[in-house]
Amino acid sequence: MQPIDPKAVLGCEPQRLTIEQVEVRVQQAQTLRDRRARIAGILYPALVVIATLVLWESATHLIAIPAYILPPPSQIAAVMYEKLPLLLRHGWVSTTEIVLGFLLSVVVGIPLALATFLWPAFARSVYPLLVSSQAVPKMAVAPLFIVWFGFGLMPKVFIAFLIAFFPIVINTVVGLAAIEPEKIHLARSMGLSGAATFFKIRLPNALPSIFGGLKIAITLAVVGAVVGEFVGGDAGLGYLLMSANGSMDTPLLFAGLVGLTLIGIVLFMLIEIAERLAIPWHTSTRNPGGGESL
Amino acid sequence: MSAVATEALLRVESLSKVYATNDGPVRALDQVSLTAQRGQFLSILGPSGCGKSTLMMITAGLVSPSSGAVIVEGERVTRPRTDIGIVFQSPVLLDWRTALENVLLQAEARNLDRAAAQGKARSLLAQVGLAGFENKFPHELSGGMRQRVSICRALVHEPHQLLMDEPFGALDALTRDQIALDLQKLWSDRQMTVLFVTHSIAEAVFLSDRVVVMTPRPGRIDRVIDIDLPRPRTLAVRDTPAFAAYNRQIRDIFLASGVLREH
Repeated sequence: MQPIDPKAVLGCEPQRLTIEQVEVRVQQAQTLRDRRARIAGILYPALVVIATLVLWESATHLIAIPAYILPPPSQIAAVMYEKLPLLLRHGWVSTTEIVLGFLLSVVVGIPLALATFLWPAFARSVYPLLVSSQAVPKMAVAPLFIVWFGFGLMPKVFIAFLIAFFPIVINTVVGLAAIEPEKIHLARSMGLSGAATFFKIRLPNALPSIFGGLKIAITLAVVGAVVGEFVGGDAGLGYLLMSANGSMDTPLLFAGLVGLTLIGIVLFMLIEIAERLAIPWHTSTRNPGGGESL
Repeated sequence: MSAVATEALLRVESLSKVYATNDGPVRALDQVSLTAQRGQFLSILGPSGCGKSTLMMITAGLVSPSSGAVIVEGERVTRPRTDIGIVFQSPVLLDWRTALENVLLQAEARNLDRAAAQGKARSLLAQVGLAGFENKFPHELSGGMRQRVSICRALVHEPHQLLMDEPFGALDALTRDQIALDLQKLWSDRQMTVLFVTHSIAEAVFLSDRVVVMTPRPGRIDRVIDIDLPRPRTLAVRDTPAFAAYNRQIRDIFLASGVLREH
Protein backbone atom coordinates (compact mmCIF):
# COMPACT_ATOMS: atom_id res chain seq x y z
CA MET A 1 0.00 0.00 0.00
CA GLN A 2 1.20 3.42 -0.95
CA PRO A 3 0.90 6.02 1.79
CA ILE A 4 -1.74 8.57 0.83
CA ASP A 5 -0.32 11.91 -0.17
CA PRO A 6 -2.69 14.59 1.09
CA LYS A 7 -1.30 17.05 -1.42
CA ALA A 8 -2.29 14.80 -4.32
CA VAL A 9 -5.82 14.36 -2.97
CA LEU A 10 -6.48 17.97 -2.03
CA GLY A 11 -4.57 19.50 -4.92
CA CYS A 12 -2.69 21.76 -2.55
CA GLU A 13 -0.91 21.74 0.79
CA PRO A 14 -3.46 20.82 3.54
CA GLN A 15 -4.35 23.77 5.74
CA ARG A 16 -3.13 23.45 9.29
CA LEU A 17 -5.23 25.81 11.35
CA THR A 18 -5.01 26.13 15.10
CA ILE A 19 -8.21 25.47 17.02
CA GLU A 20 -8.41 29.22 17.79
CA GLN A 21 -8.42 30.03 14.08
CA VAL A 22 -11.08 27.39 13.42
CA GLU A 23 -13.12 28.77 16.31
CA VAL A 24 -13.08 32.28 14.83
CA ARG A 25 -14.05 30.97 11.40
CA VAL A 26 -16.95 28.86 12.68
CA GLN A 27 -18.26 31.69 14.84
CA GLN A 28 -18.07 34.18 11.97
CA ALA A 29 -19.85 31.76 9.65
CA GLN A 30 -22.62 31.30 12.20
CA THR A 31 -23.01 35.06 12.70
CA LEU A 32 -23.25 35.47 8.96
CA ARG A 33 -25.86 32.69 8.69
CA ASP A 34 -27.90 34.25 11.51
CA ARG A 35 -27.79 37.66 9.86
CA ARG A 36 -28.83 36.20 6.50
CA ALA A 37 -31.71 34.32 8.14
CA ARG A 38 -32.89 37.53 9.85
CA ILE A 39 -32.73 39.50 6.62
CA ALA A 40 -34.51 36.72 4.73
CA GLY A 41 -37.24 36.69 7.39
CA ILE A 42 -38.09 40.29 6.51
CA LEU A 43 -37.04 40.41 2.88
CA TYR A 44 -38.87 37.33 1.51
CA PRO A 45 -42.38 38.21 2.75
CA ALA A 46 -41.78 41.86 1.73
CA LEU A 47 -40.84 40.73 -1.78
CA VAL A 48 -43.94 38.54 -2.01
CA VAL A 49 -46.15 41.45 -0.90
CA ILE A 50 -44.52 43.84 -3.39
CA ALA A 51 -44.78 41.31 -6.21
CA THR A 52 -48.46 40.72 -5.42
CA LEU A 53 -49.15 44.47 -5.38
CA VAL A 54 -47.33 45.01 -8.68
CA LEU A 55 -49.19 42.11 -10.29
CA TRP A 56 -52.48 43.37 -8.90
CA GLU A 57 -51.82 46.95 -10.03
CA SER A 58 -50.82 45.96 -13.57
CA ALA A 59 -53.64 43.41 -13.90
CA THR A 60 -56.31 45.97 -13.05
CA HIS A 61 -54.89 48.31 -15.69
CA LEU A 62 -54.17 45.71 -18.37
CA ILE A 63 -57.48 43.85 -18.17
CA ALA A 64 -59.25 47.12 -17.32
CA ILE A 65 -61.07 45.76 -14.30
CA PRO A 66 -63.58 48.38 -13.13
CA ALA A 67 -62.70 49.93 -9.78
CA TYR A 68 -66.05 48.89 -8.23
CA ILE A 69 -65.00 45.23 -8.71
CA LEU A 70 -61.27 45.37 -7.92
CA PRO A 71 -59.60 48.74 -7.41
CA PRO A 72 -55.84 48.91 -7.99
CA PRO A 73 -53.67 49.17 -4.86
CA SER A 74 -52.64 52.70 -5.80
CA GLN A 75 -56.27 53.80 -5.68
CA ILE A 76 -56.80 52.10 -2.30
CA ALA A 77 -53.72 53.88 -0.97
CA ALA A 78 -55.01 57.19 -2.32
CA VAL A 79 -58.40 56.63 -0.65
CA MET A 80 -56.70 55.69 2.62
CA TYR A 81 -54.71 58.90 2.52
CA GLU A 82 -57.67 61.02 1.49
CA LYS A 83 -60.11 59.57 4.03
CA LEU A 84 -57.64 59.03 6.84
CA PRO A 85 -59.67 60.98 9.45
CA LEU A 86 -62.78 58.94 8.57
CA LEU A 87 -60.85 55.66 8.75
CA LEU A 88 -59.22 56.64 12.03
CA ARG A 89 -62.56 57.57 13.58
CA HIS A 90 -64.23 54.30 12.60
CA GLY A 91 -61.06 52.36 13.33
CA TRP A 92 -61.01 53.77 16.83
CA VAL A 93 -64.60 52.64 17.41
CA SER A 94 -63.79 49.12 16.21
CA THR A 95 -60.63 48.98 18.28
CA THR A 96 -62.55 49.98 21.40
CA GLU A 97 -65.13 47.26 20.79
CA ILE A 98 -62.47 44.62 20.11
CA VAL A 99 -60.38 45.51 23.15
CA LEU A 100 -63.38 45.71 25.49
CA GLY A 101 -64.75 42.41 24.14
CA PHE A 102 -61.35 40.79 24.58
CA LEU A 103 -60.88 42.15 28.11
CA LEU A 104 -64.37 40.97 29.03
CA SER A 105 -63.55 37.48 27.75
CA VAL A 106 -60.37 37.45 29.85
CA VAL A 107 -62.18 38.72 32.95
CA VAL A 108 -64.97 36.15 32.54
CA GLY A 109 -63.05 33.33 30.82
CA ILE A 110 -60.19 32.87 33.28
CA PRO A 111 -62.34 32.73 36.45
CA LEU A 112 -64.72 30.41 34.59
CA ALA A 113 -61.77 28.17 33.75
CA LEU A 114 -60.53 28.27 37.35
CA ALA A 115 -63.99 27.30 38.63
CA THR A 116 -64.21 24.54 36.03
CA PHE A 117 -60.83 23.21 37.07
CA LEU A 118 -61.12 23.55 40.85
CA TRP A 119 -64.75 22.51 41.23
CA PRO A 120 -65.66 19.27 39.42
CA ALA A 121 -69.40 19.65 40.12
CA PHE A 122 -69.31 23.05 38.42
CA ALA A 123 -67.42 21.55 35.50
CA ARG A 124 -69.97 18.76 35.07
CA SER A 125 -72.94 21.11 35.17
CA VAL A 126 -71.62 24.09 33.19
CA TYR A 127 -69.14 22.62 30.72
CA PRO A 128 -71.77 21.11 28.37
CA LEU A 129 -73.54 24.49 28.33
CA LEU A 130 -70.28 26.25 27.48
CA VAL A 131 -69.70 23.89 24.59
CA SER A 132 -73.23 24.36 23.25
CA SER A 133 -72.82 28.14 23.51
CA GLN A 134 -70.11 27.71 20.89
CA ALA A 135 -72.30 25.61 18.64
CA VAL A 136 -74.75 28.54 18.29
CA PRO A 137 -73.88 30.54 15.16
CA LYS A 138 -72.79 33.93 16.49
CA MET A 139 -74.02 35.68 13.33
CA ALA A 140 -77.54 34.51 14.21
CA VAL A 141 -77.32 35.82 17.76
CA ALA A 142 -76.12 39.25 16.67
CA PRO A 143 -79.62 40.63 15.74
CA LEU A 144 -80.90 39.48 19.13
CA PHE A 145 -78.12 41.38 20.87
CA ILE A 146 -79.07 44.51 18.88
CA VAL A 147 -82.64 44.12 20.19
CA TRP A 148 -81.43 43.69 23.75
CA PHE A 149 -78.60 46.21 23.91
CA GLY A 150 -79.39 48.76 21.18
CA PHE A 151 -77.22 50.01 18.34
CA GLY A 152 -74.32 51.31 20.42
CA LEU A 153 -71.08 49.83 21.69
CA MET A 154 -72.50 47.12 23.95
CA PRO A 155 -73.85 44.54 21.47
CA LYS A 156 -70.54 44.55 19.55
CA VAL A 157 -68.56 44.10 22.76
CA PHE A 158 -70.82 41.21 23.76
CA ILE A 159 -70.55 39.45 20.41
CA ALA A 160 -66.77 39.84 20.46
CA PHE A 161 -66.82 38.43 23.99
CA LEU A 162 -69.09 35.53 23.07
CA ILE A 163 -66.69 34.41 20.33
CA ALA A 164 -63.43 35.15 22.14
CA PHE A 165 -63.95 33.76 25.64
CA PHE A 166 -64.20 30.10 24.65
CA PRO A 167 -60.57 29.47 23.61
CA ILE A 168 -59.46 31.26 26.78
CA VAL A 169 -61.53 28.91 28.93
CA ILE A 170 -60.43 25.79 27.07
CA ASN A 171 -56.74 26.68 26.98
CA THR A 172 -56.68 27.71 30.63
CA VAL A 173 -58.35 24.47 31.75
CA VAL A 174 -56.04 22.38 29.57
CA GLY A 175 -53.00 24.29 30.85
CA LEU A 176 -53.97 23.86 34.49
CA ALA A 177 -54.65 20.15 34.05
CA ALA A 178 -51.50 19.44 32.04
CA ILE A 179 -48.91 19.12 34.78
CA GLU A 180 -46.59 16.22 35.56
CA PRO A 181 -47.90 14.39 38.63
CA GLU A 182 -44.35 14.52 40.06
CA LYS A 183 -44.59 18.29 40.42
CA ILE A 184 -47.66 17.88 42.61
CA HIS A 185 -46.02 15.02 44.56
CA LEU A 186 -42.98 17.22 45.09
CA ALA A 187 -45.10 20.10 46.37
CA ARG A 188 -46.88 17.82 48.84
CA SER A 189 -43.65 16.36 50.16
CA MET A 190 -42.39 19.91 50.70
CA GLY A 191 -45.49 20.67 52.72
CA LEU A 192 -46.50 23.39 50.25
CA SER A 193 -50.12 24.43 50.89
CA GLY A 194 -52.80 23.94 48.25
CA ALA A 195 -52.97 27.67 47.49
CA ALA A 196 -49.18 28.00 47.32
CA THR A 197 -48.96 24.95 45.03
CA PHE A 198 -51.51 26.58 42.75
CA PHE A 199 -49.82 29.96 42.56
CA LYS A 200 -46.19 28.84 42.66
CA ILE A 201 -46.44 25.78 40.43
CA ARG A 202 -49.71 25.08 38.66
CA LEU A 203 -50.57 28.57 37.42
CA PRO A 204 -47.11 29.46 36.04
CA ASN A 205 -47.06 26.00 34.49
CA ALA A 206 -50.33 26.85 32.68
CA LEU A 207 -49.21 30.28 31.41
CA PRO A 208 -47.91 29.13 28.00
CA SER A 209 -51.24 27.46 27.29
CA ILE A 210 -53.20 30.49 28.59
CA PHE A 211 -51.25 32.80 26.29
CA GLY A 212 -52.02 30.46 23.39
CA GLY A 213 -55.71 30.97 24.22
CA LEU A 214 -55.30 34.74 24.44
CA LYS A 215 -53.74 34.87 20.98
CA ILE A 216 -56.65 32.96 19.45
CA ALA A 217 -59.10 35.11 21.42
CA ILE A 218 -57.76 38.45 20.16
CA THR A 219 -58.14 37.42 16.52
CA LEU A 220 -61.66 36.12 17.19
CA ALA A 221 -62.59 39.35 19.00
CA VAL A 222 -61.89 41.23 15.75
CA VAL A 223 -64.30 38.92 13.91
CA GLY A 224 -66.93 39.35 16.64
CA ALA A 225 -66.82 43.14 16.62
CA VAL A 226 -67.09 43.29 12.81
CA VAL A 227 -70.03 40.86 12.83
CA GLY A 228 -71.75 43.13 15.36
CA GLU A 229 -71.11 46.20 13.20
CA PHE A 230 -72.45 44.42 10.11
CA VAL A 231 -75.76 43.67 11.78
CA GLY A 232 -76.52 47.07 13.19
CA GLY A 233 -74.90 50.34 14.13
CA ASP A 234 -73.57 53.57 12.70
CA ALA A 235 -69.87 53.39 13.46
CA GLY A 236 -66.84 51.13 13.19
CA LEU A 237 -64.91 49.76 10.24
CA GLY A 238 -67.45 46.93 9.80
CA TYR A 239 -70.19 49.56 9.40
CA LEU A 240 -67.92 51.48 6.98
CA LEU A 241 -67.45 48.30 4.91
CA MET A 242 -71.20 47.76 4.71
CA SER A 243 -71.98 51.34 3.73
CA ALA A 244 -69.11 51.44 1.20
CA ASN A 245 -70.45 48.21 -0.25
CA GLY A 246 -73.95 49.67 -0.42
CA SER A 247 -72.72 52.65 -2.44
CA MET A 248 -70.43 50.51 -4.60
CA ASP A 249 -67.43 52.41 -3.19
CA THR A 250 -65.13 49.39 -3.45
CA PRO A 251 -61.88 51.36 -2.95
CA LEU A 252 -63.19 52.54 0.44
CA LEU A 253 -64.25 48.97 1.24
CA PHE A 254 -60.69 47.81 0.62
CA ALA A 255 -59.34 50.69 2.69
CA GLY A 256 -61.54 49.51 5.58
CA LEU A 257 -60.28 45.95 5.13
CA VAL A 258 -56.68 47.13 5.30
CA GLY A 259 -57.54 49.07 8.47
CA LEU A 260 -59.11 45.98 10.13
CA THR A 261 -56.12 43.86 9.17
CA LEU A 262 -53.73 46.38 10.71
CA ILE A 263 -55.77 46.51 13.93
CA GLY A 264 -55.74 42.70 14.11
CA ILE A 265 -51.99 42.47 13.56
CA VAL A 266 -51.13 45.20 16.07
CA LEU A 267 -53.33 43.68 18.80
CA PHE A 268 -51.90 40.21 18.17
CA MET A 269 -48.38 41.59 18.43
CA LEU A 270 -49.23 43.31 21.72
CA ILE A 271 -50.28 39.92 23.15
CA GLU A 272 -47.04 38.40 21.87
CA ILE A 273 -45.02 41.12 23.59
CA ALA A 274 -46.91 40.50 26.82
CA GLU A 275 -46.17 36.78 26.42
CA ARG A 276 -42.47 37.43 25.98
CA LEU A 277 -42.44 39.53 29.13
CA ALA A 278 -44.50 37.08 31.17
CA ILE A 279 -42.88 33.76 30.18
CA PRO A 280 -39.37 34.43 28.84
CA TRP A 281 -38.41 30.94 30.01
CA HIS A 282 -40.79 29.15 27.68
CA THR A 283 -39.72 27.60 24.38
CA SER A 284 -42.50 29.38 22.46
CA THR A 285 -40.83 32.71 23.22
CA ARG A 286 -37.24 31.62 22.59
CA ASN A 287 -35.50 31.61 19.19
CA PRO A 288 -38.52 31.85 16.92
CA GLY A 289 -37.84 29.70 13.89
CA GLY A 290 -35.77 27.26 15.88
CA GLY A 291 -32.00 27.21 15.91
CA GLU A 292 -29.50 25.16 17.77
CA SER A 293 -29.31 25.33 21.53
CA LEU A 294 -27.29 23.46 24.09
CA MET B 1 -22.73 -0.93 68.11
CA SER B 2 -24.96 1.30 70.14
CA ALA B 3 -28.70 0.82 70.44
CA VAL B 4 -29.35 3.88 68.29
CA ALA B 5 -27.41 2.54 65.36
CA THR B 6 -29.45 -0.64 65.17
CA GLU B 7 -32.82 0.98 65.79
CA ALA B 8 -35.15 0.58 62.83
CA LEU B 9 -35.97 4.01 61.51
CA LEU B 10 -38.41 2.77 58.95
CA ARG B 11 -40.53 -0.35 58.96
CA VAL B 12 -42.62 -1.55 56.07
CA GLU B 13 -45.15 -4.08 57.39
CA SER B 14 -46.68 -6.57 54.93
CA LEU B 15 -47.51 -3.87 52.46
CA SER B 16 -49.76 -4.71 49.53
CA LYS B 17 -50.98 -2.46 46.75
CA VAL B 18 -53.60 -3.31 44.17
CA TYR B 19 -54.68 -0.86 41.47
CA ALA B 20 -58.21 -1.08 40.12
CA THR B 21 -58.22 -0.78 36.33
CA ASN B 22 -60.77 -1.32 33.58
CA ASP B 23 -59.15 -4.68 32.88
CA GLY B 24 -59.54 -5.75 36.49
CA PRO B 25 -57.28 -5.40 39.50
CA VAL B 26 -53.52 -5.16 39.01
CA ARG B 27 -51.25 -6.36 41.82
CA ALA B 28 -48.33 -3.99 42.26
CA LEU B 29 -47.00 -5.10 45.65
CA ASP B 30 -47.62 -8.34 47.51
CA GLN B 31 -46.95 -8.35 51.27
CA VAL B 32 -43.67 -6.50 51.25
CA SER B 33 -41.93 -6.14 54.62
CA LEU B 34 -38.60 -4.51 55.25
CA THR B 35 -36.74 -2.36 57.74
CA ALA B 36 -34.20 0.37 57.27
CA GLN B 37 -31.77 1.34 60.02
CA ARG B 38 -30.88 4.90 60.78
CA GLY B 39 -28.09 6.11 58.51
CA GLN B 40 -28.38 3.15 56.19
CA PHE B 41 -28.14 3.28 52.43
CA LEU B 42 -30.83 0.89 51.25
CA SER B 43 -31.48 0.05 47.63
CA ILE B 44 -34.59 -1.49 46.22
CA LEU B 45 -33.59 -3.37 43.11
CA GLY B 46 -35.92 -4.96 40.63
CA PRO B 47 -37.14 -5.10 37.04
CA SER B 48 -39.47 -2.50 35.57
CA GLY B 49 -43.03 -2.87 36.78
CA CYS B 50 -42.12 -4.71 39.99
CA GLY B 51 -43.76 -2.02 42.09
CA LYS B 52 -40.55 -0.56 43.48
CA SER B 53 -41.61 2.97 42.60
CA THR B 54 -44.98 2.31 44.18
CA LEU B 55 -43.19 1.15 47.31
CA MET B 56 -41.27 4.41 47.40
CA MET B 57 -44.38 6.50 46.84
CA ILE B 58 -46.16 4.70 49.68
CA THR B 59 -43.12 5.21 51.90
CA ALA B 60 -43.30 8.93 51.09
CA GLY B 61 -46.98 8.93 52.04
CA LEU B 62 -47.91 10.09 48.53
CA VAL B 63 -49.80 6.89 47.68
CA SER B 64 -51.90 4.99 50.19
CA PRO B 65 -51.35 1.24 50.61
CA SER B 66 -54.19 -1.22 49.95
CA SER B 67 -53.17 -3.10 53.06
CA GLY B 68 -50.29 -3.08 55.52
CA ALA B 69 -48.49 -0.05 56.86
CA VAL B 70 -45.37 2.06 56.77
CA ILE B 71 -44.08 3.00 60.23
CA VAL B 72 -41.51 5.74 60.65
CA GLU B 73 -40.02 6.32 64.09
CA GLY B 74 -42.94 4.53 65.71
CA GLU B 75 -45.62 6.40 63.80
CA ARG B 76 -47.81 5.12 61.02
CA VAL B 77 -47.62 7.10 57.77
CA THR B 78 -51.09 8.29 56.79
CA ARG B 79 -50.40 11.45 54.78
CA PRO B 80 -47.61 12.93 52.65
CA ARG B 81 -44.43 13.05 54.70
CA THR B 82 -42.67 16.38 54.82
CA ASP B 83 -39.67 15.15 56.85
CA ILE B 84 -37.98 13.72 53.76
CA GLY B 85 -36.14 14.77 50.65
CA ILE B 86 -37.39 13.26 47.45
CA VAL B 87 -35.78 12.84 44.01
CA PHE B 88 -37.69 11.49 41.03
CA GLN B 89 -36.44 9.95 37.80
CA SER B 90 -37.03 13.28 36.03
CA PRO B 91 -35.60 16.36 37.72
CA VAL B 92 -39.05 18.04 38.01
CA LEU B 93 -37.58 21.53 37.97
CA LEU B 94 -39.71 24.62 37.49
CA ASP B 95 -38.71 26.12 34.13
CA TRP B 96 -39.28 29.69 35.29
CA ARG B 97 -36.85 29.45 38.20
CA THR B 98 -33.06 29.43 38.10
CA ALA B 99 -31.10 26.52 39.54
CA LEU B 100 -30.72 28.38 42.83
CA GLU B 101 -34.39 29.41 42.96
CA ASN B 102 -35.42 25.82 42.27
CA VAL B 103 -33.40 24.65 45.26
CA LEU B 104 -34.84 27.48 47.34
CA LEU B 105 -38.43 26.41 46.56
CA GLN B 106 -37.91 23.83 49.31
CA ALA B 107 -36.96 26.59 51.76
CA GLU B 108 -39.88 28.79 50.69
CA ALA B 109 -42.34 25.95 51.21
CA ARG B 110 -41.02 25.45 54.74
CA ASN B 111 -40.61 29.14 55.62
CA LEU B 112 -36.91 28.66 56.34
CA ASP B 113 -34.72 31.69 56.86
CA ARG B 114 -33.96 32.85 53.33
CA ALA B 115 -30.42 34.08 53.84
CA ALA B 116 -29.35 30.89 55.62
CA ALA B 117 -31.10 28.70 53.06
CA GLN B 118 -29.44 30.58 50.23
CA GLY B 119 -26.01 29.97 51.75
CA LYS B 120 -26.79 26.29 52.15
CA ALA B 121 -28.18 26.01 48.63
CA ARG B 122 -25.10 27.65 47.13
CA SER B 123 -22.76 25.35 49.02
CA LEU B 124 -24.78 22.27 48.02
CA LEU B 125 -24.72 23.31 44.36
CA ALA B 126 -20.97 23.83 44.63
CA GLN B 127 -20.56 20.36 46.17
CA VAL B 128 -22.17 18.72 43.14
CA GLY B 129 -20.08 20.76 40.73
CA LEU B 130 -22.61 23.43 39.87
CA ALA B 131 -20.75 26.48 41.18
CA GLY B 132 -21.25 29.23 38.60
CA PHE B 133 -24.50 27.71 37.35
CA GLU B 134 -26.69 29.06 40.17
CA ASN B 135 -28.41 31.61 37.96
CA LYS B 136 -28.92 29.38 34.93
CA PHE B 137 -32.41 28.31 33.96
CA PRO B 138 -33.19 24.58 33.56
CA HIS B 139 -33.21 24.83 29.75
CA GLU B 140 -29.61 26.07 29.92
CA LEU B 141 -28.46 23.00 31.89
CA SER B 142 -27.69 19.45 30.74
CA GLY B 143 -29.75 16.49 31.95
CA GLY B 144 -27.13 15.53 34.53
CA MET B 145 -26.91 19.10 35.84
CA ARG B 146 -30.68 19.29 36.19
CA GLN B 147 -30.76 16.09 38.22
CA ARG B 148 -28.00 17.47 40.46
CA VAL B 149 -30.12 20.56 41.08
CA SER B 150 -33.02 18.32 42.06
CA ILE B 151 -30.76 16.43 44.50
CA CYS B 152 -29.71 19.74 46.07
CA ARG B 153 -33.36 20.69 46.39
CA ALA B 154 -34.01 17.43 48.22
CA LEU B 155 -31.20 18.13 50.71
CA VAL B 156 -31.35 21.86 51.41
CA HIS B 157 -33.67 21.42 54.41
CA GLU B 158 -31.37 18.73 55.85
CA PRO B 159 -33.82 15.82 55.96
CA HIS B 160 -32.92 12.65 57.83
CA GLN B 161 -34.24 10.55 55.00
CA LEU B 162 -33.75 10.79 51.28
CA LEU B 163 -36.04 8.88 48.92
CA MET B 164 -34.80 8.45 45.36
CA ASP B 165 -36.81 6.88 42.56
CA GLU B 166 -34.45 5.75 39.77
CA PRO B 167 -32.74 9.12 39.97
CA PHE B 168 -29.99 8.30 37.45
CA GLY B 169 -32.19 6.36 35.03
CA ALA B 170 -32.13 9.04 32.34
CA LEU B 171 -28.40 9.83 32.54
CA ASP B 172 -25.49 8.61 30.45
CA ALA B 173 -23.01 6.11 31.93
CA LEU B 174 -20.20 8.55 32.79
CA THR B 175 -22.57 11.05 34.36
CA ARG B 176 -24.11 8.21 36.37
CA ASP B 177 -20.71 7.25 37.75
CA GLN B 178 -19.89 10.81 38.76
CA ILE B 179 -23.28 11.53 40.30
CA ALA B 180 -23.14 8.22 42.22
CA LEU B 181 -19.79 9.29 43.70
CA ASP B 182 -21.28 12.71 44.53
CA LEU B 183 -24.25 11.05 46.20
CA GLN B 184 -22.00 8.76 48.28
CA LYS B 185 -20.13 11.85 49.51
CA LEU B 186 -23.30 13.78 50.32
CA TRP B 187 -24.67 10.75 52.17
CA SER B 188 -21.53 10.06 54.21
CA ASP B 189 -21.27 13.75 55.21
CA ARG B 190 -24.78 13.67 56.60
CA GLN B 191 -25.45 10.20 57.97
CA MET B 192 -28.97 10.21 56.62
CA THR B 193 -31.01 7.21 55.62
CA VAL B 194 -31.35 6.74 51.88
CA LEU B 195 -33.99 4.67 50.13
CA PHE B 196 -32.73 4.24 46.59
CA VAL B 197 -34.89 2.66 43.91
CA THR B 198 -32.95 1.35 40.92
CA HIS B 199 -32.84 -1.34 38.26
CA SER B 200 -29.05 -1.30 37.98
CA ILE B 201 -27.33 -4.13 39.85
CA ALA B 202 -23.91 -2.45 39.79
CA GLU B 203 -25.31 0.86 40.99
CA ALA B 204 -27.15 -0.81 43.88
CA VAL B 205 -24.08 -2.79 44.97
CA PHE B 206 -21.77 0.20 44.63
CA LEU B 207 -23.89 2.57 46.71
CA SER B 208 -25.71 0.42 49.25
CA ASP B 209 -25.30 -1.06 52.69
CA ARG B 210 -28.22 -3.32 51.92
CA VAL B 211 -29.90 -4.32 48.67
CA VAL B 212 -33.49 -5.51 48.63
CA VAL B 213 -34.01 -7.61 45.50
CA MET B 214 -37.58 -7.78 44.25
CA THR B 215 -39.41 -10.27 42.05
CA PRO B 216 -41.24 -9.27 38.88
CA ARG B 217 -44.89 -8.23 39.19
CA PRO B 218 -46.47 -8.56 41.62
CA GLY B 219 -43.54 -7.17 43.59
CA ARG B 220 -42.40 -9.37 46.43
CA ILE B 221 -39.09 -9.36 48.24
CA ASP B 222 -36.91 -12.08 46.78
CA ARG B 223 -33.75 -11.62 48.84
CA VAL B 224 -32.11 -9.08 51.11
CA ILE B 225 -28.36 -8.81 50.64
CA ASP B 226 -26.03 -6.88 52.92
CA ILE B 227 -23.13 -5.34 51.03
CA ASP B 228 -19.98 -5.46 53.08
CA LEU B 229 -17.52 -3.38 51.10
CA PRO B 230 -15.25 -0.80 52.70
CA ARG B 231 -16.21 2.87 52.49
CA PRO B 232 -15.67 5.33 51.01
CA ARG B 233 -15.98 3.29 47.85
CA THR B 234 -13.97 4.34 44.83
CA LEU B 235 -14.69 3.37 41.24
CA ALA B 236 -11.91 0.79 41.55
CA VAL B 237 -14.03 -1.17 44.02
CA ARG B 238 -15.96 -2.37 41.00
CA ASP B 239 -12.91 -4.33 39.87
CA THR B 240 -12.60 -6.27 43.13
CA PRO B 241 -13.61 -9.94 43.46
CA ALA B 242 -15.97 -9.07 46.32
CA PHE B 243 -17.88 -6.60 44.14
CA ALA B 244 -18.06 -9.15 41.32
CA ALA B 245 -19.33 -11.77 43.76
CA TYR B 246 -22.21 -9.53 44.88
CA ASN B 247 -23.02 -8.74 41.26
CA ARG B 248 -23.06 -12.42 40.41
CA GLN B 249 -25.18 -13.29 43.41
CA ILE B 250 -27.87 -10.78 42.38
CA ARG B 251 -27.66 -11.71 38.72
CA ASP B 252 -28.26 -15.33 39.68
CA ILE B 253 -31.38 -14.29 41.58
CA PHE B 254 -32.70 -12.53 38.49
CA LEU B 255 -31.78 -15.54 36.32
CA ALA B 256 -33.63 -17.83 38.73
CA SER B 257 -36.75 -15.62 38.82
CA GLY B 258 -36.76 -15.30 35.03
CA VAL B 259 -36.04 -11.56 34.95
CA LEU B 260 -32.90 -12.38 32.97
CA ARG B 261 -32.73 -15.20 30.41
CA GLU B 262 -29.56 -16.56 28.81
CA HIS B 263 -31.46 -18.40 26.04
